[in-house]
Amino acid sequence: MSIELPKVSVKDLQEWSKLGEVFTSGHRLCAGCGAGSMARQVTLAAKALGDPYMFVNATGCLEVASTVYPYTAWDAPWLHNAFENAAATASGVIEAMKSMQRKGLMRERNVNMIVFGGDGGTYDIGLQSLSGAIERGHDFLYVCYNNGAYMNTGIQRSSGTPQGAATTTSPPGSVIPGKIVWQKPLAEIMASHDIPTFTASPAYPRDLMAKVQAGLKHDGPAFMLVDSPCNLGQRYAPDISMEIAKLAVKTCFFPLFYTYKEDWVLTGISSRLAKNPDRKLPIEDFLKPQGRFRHLFKPEWKNKLIEIQDTIDEKWERLVTKATCV
Amino acid sequence: MSGVRQVVGMTGDEAVAHAVKLVNPDVVAAYPITPQTIIVERYSDFVNNGEVDTSFISVESEHSAMSACVGASLTGARVFTATASAGLALMYEILYVASGMRCPIVLAVANRAFSAPINIHGECTDQLVCRDASWVSLFGESAQEAYDETILSFKIAEHPDVMLPAMFGIEGFIVTHALERVETLSKQQVEDFIPASRIVRDRFCPDENKTFGSLVLQDYYMEIKRQQEEAMQNAFKVTKDAMQEFSELSGRKMEIIEKYQLEDADYAFVSYGATAGNAKAVVNRLRAKGEKVGALKIRLFRPFPSLDIFQALSGIKAATILDRSATFGSPGSIVQTDIASALYGKEDVPSLHGYINGLGGRVLTLPEIEEVYEMSKEYNNIGMTSTTDWVGYRK
Repeated sequence: MSIELPKVSVKDLQEWSKLGEVFTSGHRLCAGCGAGSMARQVTLAAKALGDPYMFVNATGCLEVASTVYPYTAWDAPWLHNAFENAAATASGVIEAMKSMQRKGLMRERNVNMIVFGGDGGTYDIGLQSLSGAIERGHDFLYVCYNNGAYMNTGIQRSSGTPQGAATTTSPPGSVIPGKIVWQKPLAEIMASHDIPTFTASPAYPRDLMAKVQAGLKHDGPAFMLVDSPCNLGQRYAPDISMEIAKLAVKTCFFPLFYTYKEDWVLTGISSRLAKNPDRKLPIEDFLKPQGRFRHLFKPEWKNKLIEIQDTIDEKWERLVTKATCV
Repeated sequence: MSGVRQVVGMTGDEAVAHAVKLVNPDVVAAYPITPQTIIVERYSDFVNNGEVDTSFISVESEHSAMSACVGASLTGARVFTATASAGLALMYEILYVASGMRCPIVLAVANRAFSAPINIHGECTDQLVCRDASWVSLFGESAQEAYDETILSFKIAEHPDVMLPAMFGIEGFIVTHALERVETLSKQQVEDFIPASRIVRDRFCPDENKTFGSLVLQDYYMEIKRQQEEAMQNAFKVTKDAMQEFSELSGRKMEIIEKYQLEDADYAFVSYGATAGNAKAVVNRLRAKGEKVGALKIRLFRPFPSLDIFQALSGIKAATILDRSATFGSPGSIVQTDIASALYGKEDVPSLHGYINGLGGRVLTLPEIEEVYEMSKEYNNIGMTSTTDWVGYRK
């Protein structure tokens, strides 16, 4: 069994945009926040499939900003329990519905369950609950939107924070220049559960939405890692979020791919970069516009920039070697 | 009345599992921990042998167990889980979510001491410290009471005036693993007692575009918490009524507090859980020596039956409170301080003598209980109205 990405055309997007928003206006996400774009794309892709959908959301920016009582931005069944347990909560919902359907207490039909968590709620505190739920095989698509730190609590480093990034708990000190270590390889960890795993960026909506639909069509758990630009925490002007997200892909800092068991497939820009390596942009192009990396451009940290570029090159090489391209 | 009574030999844990089987909840999400494990082992047998049609979620932690229960309960499902000690502590965060979101989850607690030092034996601290979590909280003395409270808890929790989760505790090994005589109920009796229909509530389901678990700030938070208090107050009457109905159904008298030879008593033991059995045995021994003593057993711990306890202890000179729980730097043992609050300022109430005992499964023998009884009398004789001692340990 392999994963097939549906082709999403511009015309499809035009049609889907008429379906009516699921994640509606009036939420309180920051101007420029990538999570809002991500949520609109994910929910619309789900709606376009036609089956009913439900959302479970871990504590985080998306949750806090969208459901300040007595308001909600969700025109959908939506549930928040706590920070570290979104996947466990979804497994309870899924099994309850199955059980009640068996007993005739609920109408039988396919429901697309999507779970949202940020990097804190997924890479860190929710990893056990997610891994457990995946091992048990509940049918959901887990979407982790990684904005690179605990942005909701004020920009503290997570294990999804990039190396070198300044956060309030990995400040650019005179001795230690921001976060010391590389990010946790979350997509690879999830993929090693033998489930369909996708990476996606809101800067490339057709790629993202195709992957959402492929994940939802899969019978069983699937995982998607979204690079979610955050102008507030990554420190750049709010009008260039999508540009930043594109640079993450074009520098191969955040390659777009999907994987399931033996298959590793590069998609979109990443596929093109694999075929045309000379088009790959230097990592400085991604780092320079962001205030969180500003300190790395001081002369004393020149070797850090080289180190980061080397790591990206090595990881990209490894991925290209094992991946095919679409 | 029950007609022909079936009598079966069961441990406390098995009694719980068999009672849950009769309820046949939609979801059981649980994680193994001694001394609770037998409950979920037996229940897994029922599931895998097709004797129930519950979805059993074998989660990877107690935190996820309670989280899955919350998710399942919000879809409108009937939900059960079981835990002990460290497992209950790991659930603690989500206990508040469960009650705050008004999920009538039923939780069996095999009361066990907390680490450190690590210990697997009976002690009720784990459940008592959940007193402020807005859960209905009951204790059982025996395998029979474990069986009965399992079924009763669903009735209380799901009552429309309550809609709060309920936990009941039985002491690790002392009750969970001891083989006892249990009178069982028929499936029909349980179905008559617990409504077949699921709770009527806003449900997290595909047909309703509703938001659950909002961020609620200064402007609404306190009103929502106040509703929980009102539900907890309602739980008091609901529990009394449910116990009355259960007594008629089972032919076994069930009350929120049990009074044993208290009518003419000058002195009283107050206890809960398995200790109550020892207290009653000591009452028999002391009565034989001519002591006018009785015993009060607390079955309902939350909501706390202040008035009933006041009435039961009214006219008593001194109360010996046997508390199998640990608290440090507190003005008294855990249950003692609740009783003191309930009696404060009232006329004709006993002096209160709390005894922290039996920690980590330590046995307070009947002679030792007689000794603390004498201590209480001494304290009372010299005019001490409130004392707290640790007893039954090597000094």
